[in-house]
Amino acid sequence: MDRRNFLANLIQLSAAATAAGAVVSGFAEENKYKPLTLRPPGALPEEEFIKTCIRCGLCVEACKNRENKMIINGKEIDTLFLAAPGDKAPIGTPYFIPRTGPCFMCDDIPCLFACPTGALTPDMCKNEKGEVSIDYAKMGVAVIDPSSCIAYWGLQCTACYRACPEMDKAITIEWKQNERTGKHAYRIPVVHEEYCTGCGMCEMACVTEKPAIKVFPREVCLGKAGDRYVKGWDIKDQQRVKKASTKTTTKTPWSEKNPLQNLNEGVNWDE
Amino acid sequence: MNKIFKNKYLILRRLSQFTILFLYFAANYWGWKILMGNLSFSKLFDTIPLTDPYAFLQMLFAGAVISTNLIIGVLVVVLFYGIIGGRAYCSWVCPVNLITDLAAWVRRKTNHEKDNLVSAIKIKKFRYAFLVAMLIFSAIIGAAAYEFINPIGFFTRAVAFSMGFAWVWLLVIFIFDAFVLKNGWCGHICPVGATYALIGAKNIIRVYHEKEKCTNCGNCFIVCPENQVLAPVINKKSDFISGIECTNCGRCIEVCEDDALHFSIRNFIKGEKNEKNSSN
Repeated sequence: MDRRNFLANLIQLSAAATAAGAVVSGFAEENKYKPLTLRPPGALPEEEFIKTCIRCGLCVEACKNRENKMIINGKEIDTLFLAAPGDKAPIGTPYFIPRTGPCFMCDDIPCLFACPTGALTPDMCKNEKGEVSIDYAKMGVAVIDPSSCIAYWGLQCTACYRACPEMDKAITIEWKQNERTGKHAYRIPVVHEEYCTGCGMCEMACVTEKPAIKVFPREVCLGKAGDRYVKGWDIKDQQRVKKASTKTTTKTPWSEKNPLQNLNEGVNWDE
Repeated sequence: MNKIFKNKYLILRRLSQFTILFLYFAANYWGWKILMGNLSFSKLFDTIPLTDPYAFLQMLFAGAVISTNLIIGVLVVVLFYGIIGGRAYCSWVCPVNLITDLAAWVRRKTNHEKDNLVSAIKIKKFRYAFLVAMLIFSAIIGAAAYEFINPIGFFTRAVAFSMGFAWVWLLVIFIFDAFVLKNGWCGHICPVGATYALIGAKNIIRVYHEKEKCTNCGNCFIVCPENQVLAPVINKKSDFISGIECTNCGRCIEVCEDDALHFSIRNFIKGEKNEKNSSN
């Protein structure tokens, strides 16, 4: 009888633990993927980052106690925060909001080197030659909304261009004739993702009520052309597709037959 | 003065808990380099890493690449609690202990000590099952699952960084402990405490009980948050309180009017019951 009780208790406990664990994991699964979270420089891809970050906040402390503190209107600007429950980032992980606290791109990258777990790693902050620099950080990418950007209206602005730490590389100004007046020029900011670090200085500098230029995580807003398209005039790009597989990756009822068959089938040619 | 001396462990524990929280706060706001980070990972004097062993286990199960820093941190913690501290983390370091002790105090003051919604005997080993379950779920979702609700993390981050809605969760734990199940969170659910219980199973500092002095008044049973560890020893034999769930809080020593309990050093080489080891 004792053994029976023991077994019943064991099963009950396991069931209770599984139920409780499932509830917690459901919450965790829901919470772990917040696609608009901007991470500090050198962060691993989000999927790996959420595994590896131990939520200690050493990066946040390094950011808060860095040397080049920015003071605007007498107020010290804090960049990194550790997400509390209710913030728009997975609980306990570091993030920043560019509009109120962009990354100031310190040369020594204190947040990155404070990380004890490798969730922030120099490997994610280097160029092809292996040189580590904040200029190679990929925190996000700036995106312009042409409908609210006043430069697209024809007004003189260039605030984002001048705020950009990678000026003339990450944001350039394109000149275009304003055909409405025939006399004036548009000076339109253009973002180049290969140089944009996603620091968010442009978003903070943007003069419109709600910023017309915003930073998003790269995986959210950058597309990928894939191996089927190539810039025929660019030798580098041709190198890229050298190892492309010829396998068809999209399978539909139509791709089972060859294109000619598909076109001709079901057509009565005699009529 | 006598009262202060009588409650010396309680005062020291609160001092220890608040000092740790204060140092975390100071590390972020003033850049002090004494104790940085929070209770999931800290750096002592900017050099010695300290890792929460349960967070480490979850990361391992989630499939993270583990850095040397974390491994050293776990070794330091496991060695310290495994040899010296036992489960002392729960009563001397963990800030959630402040909440659950308050809840236990409310229960004592309102004479509702035994009013539980759930049978405490039936869920006695729940925390160990929960510990394993959370590890398995961490592997399934590919992230340290328990860290998303860990109140220790919530509390330390609320002090050192920002509060957010952390207070709701901490309030839930207080209400659960005060009105649903006595010592419910720390004594029956928390897998971090369970981890430290397992780590500190064979540590050397333990409470020693002298049967000759004991009058079986039951004071120690009233205050002990894990009083199943007292049951096999008190008024039965002169021995160490060797249950793994003892948190070394020392509250039983303070409330004992007969002076029958005191901290002592277990000596495994000479045998546990060696009278010479008692520092009395």
